Amino acid sequence: MALSKLENLYRQMILDHAMHPHHYGFLKAASHKLELRNPTCGDVLNVQVILKNNKVAQVAFSGSGCTISQASASMMTDEVLGKTPQQIEKMVTTFSKMVTGNPPQNYEEILGDASVLEGVAKFPARIKCATLAWKAIYQALANDQQESTVGFMRHDQ
Amino acid sequence: MVKKMSEYRADFPILNQTVNDEPLVYLDNAATAQKPRAVVQAITNYYYHDNANVHRGVHTLAERATQEFEAVRDKVAKFINAPSREEIVYTKGTTEGLNWVAASYGSTHVKAGDEIVISYLEHHSNLVPWQQLAKKTGAILKYIDLLPDGELDLTSARRQITDKTAIVSLTQASNVLGVVNPIKKIAALAHQHGAIMVVDGAQSTPHFKVDVQAMDADFYAFSGHKLMAPTGIGVLWGKSELLADMPPLEFGGEMIDWVQLQKTTFKAAPWKFEGGTQNIAGVIGLGAAIDYLSAIGMDRVQKHEQQLVNYLLPALLEIPGVTVYGPHDPAKHSGVISFNLAGLHPHDVATALDMEGVAVRAGHHCAQPLMEWLKVAATARASLYLYNNLADAQKLVEAIKATKEFFNHGTI
Ligand SMILES: Cc1ncc(COP(=O)(O)O)c(C=O)c1O
Repeated sequence: MALSKLENLYRQMILDHAMHPHHYGFLKAASHKLELRNPTCGDVLNVQVILKNNKVAQVAFSGSGCTISQASASMMTDEVLGKTPQQIEKMVTTFSKMVTGNPPQNYEEILGDASVLEGVAKFPARIKCATLAWKAIYQALANDQQESTVGFMRHDQ
Repeated sequence: MVKKMSEYRADFPILNQTVNDEPLVYLDNAATAQKPRAVVQAITNYYYHDNANVHRGVHTLAERATQEFEAVRDKVAKFINAPSREEIVYTKGTTEGLNWVAASYGSTHVKAGDEIVISYLEHHSNLVPWQQLAKKTGAILKYIDLLPDGELDLTSARRQITDKTAIVSLTQASNVLGVVNPIKKIAALAHQHGAIMVVDGAQSTPHFKVDVQAMDADFYAFSGHKLMAPTGIGVLWGKSELLADMPPLEFGGEMIDWVQLQKTTFKAAPWKFEGGTQNIAGVIGLGAAIDYLSAIGMDRVQKHEQQLVNYLLPALLEIPGVTVYGPHDPAKHSGVISFNLAGLHPHDVATALDMEGVAVRAGHHCAQPLMEWLKVAATARASLYLYNNLADAQKLVEAIKATKEFFNHGTI
């Protein structure tokens, strides 16, 4: 049956994260925050970070979205804890390459559990869902004004 | 010999393919319709035999191209029962038509404090141009409310349309809820108050008989691509006396009458709006699409789609966990059906249906204020056309059940 192909996308770990997202909520004293919107579907994602000694000490996300975007956001928050903005930037580009079908050799090492989202590469319409949270943390860290800004994913991203 | 409705499907080569190893079931017709051979052949013929620029040459090809280009104006006029061919302005689609009314008629007739009245149902292309016009002129943009089932609330319409109203602009058929608005009633209301009635015909023109005189509209815009013509061609119809004193928006070749060093006179409508080389092949394709629809008969198209809705709507409502937006009475619901599955985001639903070969749209359908009104972020949407059949509708129902099953066996 054709739906069996869906299992490549909706792996059990992804369904678990979407159902019980990690670090869901808000941080009171965020040092960096950003709201990112995906204009094609209207999804909105908030990401908040507390950076201490140039490392992510706490992170949280909120918003509603599809299974892929929620699971990806949840996994992203797991993976970025304790990382520096420089490391995160590398993770974001690696993630982006992975879901567009060009993962670098050591992508599993760089992305940890989030590499389970590699199946997205076979579902081009869903790449934006997967990358939303990663773009959000990247832009949040680049935004050190401490105030919430709104970002948009462009059509070509 | 009149063909049976079931026979038209064979005219659409694109439908005869598999997607993700399943036979394609195309249910995204509200986004764009597929093209029959007759339309593609008309365009090919034009390029192979008649291609030339129109209105600009004495040679035979130019003359032929011009004749075909202008003949389509007559076809369109007849198709929507416009009183005159000279009221048919070619555009690139509904969006351009509505923008032109806002930018040309609007900026010369609307002043600060005037009201522009639209509804919560509107597509962004019948909303943002008015929002911009309001911003520019200091006019006030007001919204007609909807009844709980998504139908236009006529009490609210009577409240919102006042003597200050300059423009009322409504969609004839919703691209989300499947409701059809009583344009004639609203037009009467608008005219009582001295306002004009603008109609977005993007979702109605392809599916049932349109009569711009009977509905008493002042402007009517539609897109070719939703009625099987190519993309990039559409029509704005307007009453002669309104078009006559509207300033053109694009200046250049074609639209001029006489150009001198410091001043220019323009052609009359519709040509004064058609600056530059037009989408001639698109116009030819539009003509072929109208011929194709006319040969079937719009009444038969409508009846066929209604029969499918009569099956599909109750079948969807019967599936536990399915929410259908808009009226639940098939008699009040056109072939655009938006729905959600409990606990599932419509994007996940659309991906799952795609794996079953079923193409539906998921998202906000360019109607974010309506999504807010419905209190959802997005919906899935299945939309029918004349080549869809009962098997397509049944396949959608089966695929939705399978999708539910799939996600139920996960942890969701
Ligand atoms: C109700 C409605 N109005 C306007 C439009 C805009 O049409 P187009 O994109 O062809 O200009 C659409 C199409 O998506 C529509 O469904």
